[in-house]
Amino acid sequence: MLSKSLHAKHNELSKTEKQLEILSSGIFKDGTLPTFANKIKAAGQFPLRPKKIEILQLNVGYMCNQVCAHCHVDAGPDRKEIMTVETMQQCLDVIKNTGVHTLDLTGGAPEMNPNFRWFVEEASKLGVQDFIVRSNLTIILANKKYHDLPEFFAKHNIHVISSLPYYKREKTDKQRGDGVFDKSIKALQMLNEVGYGMPNSNLKLDLVYNPSGAFLPTDQKALENDFKKALKEDFNIDFNSLFAITNLPISRFLDYLINSDNYEDYMYALVEAFNPKAVENVMCTNTISVSYDGWLYDCDFNQMLGLKVASAEKHISQFNEESLSNRTILISQHCYGCTAGAGSSCQGTVA
Amino acid sequence: MEKTYYDPADLKKFGKISEWNEALGDKFFDYYGKVFEEGSLTAREKSLIALAVSHTVQCPYCIDAYTGDGLKRGITKEEMMEAVHVAAAIRGGATLVHSVQMMNKYDKLSM
Repeated sequence: MLSKSLHAKHNELSKTEKQLEILSSGIFKDGTLPTFANKIKAAGQFPLRPKKIEILQLNVGYMCNQVCAHCHVDAGPDRKEIMTVETMQQCLDVIKNTGVHTLDLTGGAPEMNPNFRWFVEEASKLGVQDFIVRSNLTIILANKKYHDLPEFFAKHNIHVISSLPYYKREKTDKQRGDGVFDKSIKALQMLNEVGYGMPNSNLKLDLVYNPSGAFLPTDQKALENDFKKALKEDFNIDFNSLFAITNLPISRFLDYLINSDNYEDYMYALVEAFNPKAVENVMCTNTISVSYDGWLYDCDFNQMLGLKVASAEKHISQFNEESLSNRTILISQHCYGCTAGAGSSCQGTVA
Repeated sequence: MEKTYYDPADLKKFGKISEWNEALGDKFFDYYGKVFEEGSLTAREKSLIALAVSHTVQCPYCIDAYTGDGLKRGITKEEMMEAVHVAAAIRGGATLVHSVQMMNKYDKLSM
């Protein structure tokens, strides 16, 4: 089990340049597999252009109480990067002045940002249609000061999206750490107790499934049915929807793929499953991702690869909707992850 | 490189069999695809059957393919191993049930 981030271990894959180099060499350089650019060129979808910006995804910090084996953020207790109040204020200004209808807070564990509650209260006043917090669940039990998070979320009508890799202990703990499953179950029950995910409740609780290894997720609906049946029968837990998300070959998951000698086979599987219909709706077409220090990215994955938006204004303090709408979305081979099969986004499948 | 009869990379080339006989190859893959669709049996159940059969026909490509397919479908390792034991039980039983023929023959030939 991992205990430290790649960053803390000075692993060469913590450097974005190294990851991009790996993703552009070998099987993609010698022509064994087509590059993503060539693949979407053949499908008449190059260059990839955005639609209207509807979702602002804020990564409010890389600090996390977990060190998950597949984490593309390379988050963990040793990561100290945190969004400041000043940057949060700039985000609030953007929400006020644009047509963004969805606010999506992620991390690390977003709740660990010391300004998290202040920000939620301020942002709630702005009348965002869908205010999402991505919770790893165990944070609710990690410390007494977080125990009231379910009530806090409910008070602000937060849409909680929680990671739960599987409805069985073994797979969940292997991916996310020993004891994570039991704590996640307890946290889900606490969320249910205040109304989250319950029939006839407006408080939305969705779960996120990531494959626990070098394989792609199967049909989202079938997985949702399995999760609903098992969690209800075993733990009397209710939730709304399950989002199946493909693991992208970057950061810790890339490290795992290479070390387990699965990298090439995984890339073959992604390329083989390429679906042009998924390209039409990938999340980068209607989302802007903001890093803890205010830089703008096409998506959370490009953020982790250091690929800032191809726009003259690259910082939240310079947010220019028109300029961003005219940009070209930056791509590399990791984009195969979002366009495989039924597609993958932070809201699950897209095709 | 060590030469062996089975190369894992050949699994990815399965589709190429159509190149030497497109008509029959295509018919096979159409049939294959149809067999594994949801029907009276779920695709999950079919995946487990395929995994068990893969062991009885001792096809390493099939074992790789249906172990991966099972993982995608959320099939647990306990379920996979139980399926293989079902295959083993049938295979073992199939051997042993022939012993009745041996016993019959033995008895017939014996005074």
